[in-house]
Amino acid sequence: MPYPADRKYTKEHEWIQVNGNTATVGITDYAQESLGDIVFVETPKVGAELTAGKTFGTVESVKAVSDLFAPASGTVTEVNADLATSPEKVNKDAHGSWMLKMTLKNPSELDGLLSPADYEKFVAEEAGH
Amino acid sequence: MVEFNGWDMPVEYPASIGGGIIKEHMAVRTGVGIFDVSHMGDIRLAGPQALAAVQHISMNDASKLAIGQAQYSALLYPQGTFVDDVIVHRLGEDEYLLVINAGTREKDFNWVRDNTRQFDCAVENLSDDFTQIAIQGPKGVDLLQKLTDADLSKVKFYWVTRGKLCGLPNILMGRTGYTAEDGFEIYVPADENTSARVWNEILAAGREFGVVPCGLGARNTLRLEGKLPLYGHEISDTINVWEAGLDRFCKMEKPEFIGREALEKAKAAGVKRTLVGSEMTDRGIARDGYKVQDESGREIGYVTSGSPAPFLKKNIALAYVPVEHSAVGTKVKVEIRGQGVEAVVVPTPFYKRPKKV
Repeated sequence: MPYPADRKYTKEHEWIQVNGNTATVGITDYAQESLGDIVFVETPKVGAELTAGKTFGTVESVKAVSDLFAPASGTVTEVNADLATSPEKVNKDAHGSWMLKMTLKNPSELDGLLSPADYEKFVAEEAGH
Repeated sequence: MVEFNGWDMPVEYPASIGGGIIKEHMAVRTGVGIFDVSHMGDIRLAGPQALAAVQHISMNDASKLAIGQAQYSALLYPQGTFVDDVIVHRLGEDEYLLVINAGTREKDFNWVRDNTRQFDCAVENLSDDFTQIAIQGPKGVDLLQKLTDADLSKVKFYWVTRGKLCGLPNILMGRTGYTAEDGFEIYVPADENTSARVWNEILAAGREFGVVPCGLGARNTLRLEGKLPLYGHEISDTINVWEAGLDRFCKMEKPEFIGREALEKAKAAGVKRTLVGSEMTDRGIARDGYKVQDESGREIGYVTSGSPAPFLKKNIALAYVPVEHSAVGTKVKVEIRGQGVEAVVVPTPFYKRPKKV
């Protein structure tokens, strides 16, 4: 499936969409499909400091708990309230369901992330295992 | 697909065919779902002293079984702890079939063989001879009836029958299951052609009932809602019958069975810990192995099995706690990633199927 061109991707299957110095973060369609029915999402509070590559929360399916990894460093400015009441929305539309918004401490970190094409390649290799 | 005790099994089926743990779970609660449970083991005891052999190794009273009747039981160690739980079926005058867990196939067979040598009874491992398929849910009987000439309306819960099934003669069908729903488990010859053909015929016959194939994920959430034990979790070789709350399947009036003496002593000494049901009252999901705390945050026990419950729409768990903390309504906490999250002790089973009108 084509991954939206307006964002970058991580090997932990998060996406990050940048708008100036702020960014929106979510998980990819590949992630939601691998997880199965999502029943619970644990996100940080507004004001929390995130460090690129470190865990910032968890997403739970019926069967398992998976860590969420910060694609970039910065401060959380908003959390999607829908996640608490309707986590299944992430299954229905992963790319349209945002988890948090943040200010970016170091926008150059994004240079190291995957383009949509590179992510698609990465996913194809992962799925092949 | 995952590896499960040496078997390659699905956790859930693809969403494209109506699968997914939640959909599969709901299909069994409201319609019908089918499971390939061929990983389960089968041990046959037959001979003039088959009953005596079963009575020696099994804690329930098999002498109460009429031909065609089954009962839930367990094989115990001399310490009164569990070798495995089992369903004992009486198939004939002197013929019993024990259906056991996949993970304990070899251990159980060796245990049964080694502990029944003194009885005039043959012990056979038939585990590889059968493909076992479970057809579970309120529409399960209707589905199976389409495929067999046996009159299933005459078969009560926990009884078995034999009949022609999908053209195969003399197939064993038991009104048993691990889902807390009505339904059957059938035992057909294990060759691939027969197995695949029967599976596909069941799917075709079940289309009008919305049949869905179900994997290990739904199997676990269904049995958890019904408080059905899972070996290695609620029962094990370090847990005794009283702690697990399986008293009603343990017939102490039988003068002898392996584990009886230790159980008598344990009862006299007083049971210290007990299995309880709990429900999260704050946001969070209790999972297998998580610690249980009292209200002050002191560790008092652990979760044996925990998961979201798709039908009940709650996050439930079974846990061992000291008897002082076991009353329904007792507030406890479950440690989830370092934080104590509030939960409460609730009655079990969490789910009981509605009585047929």
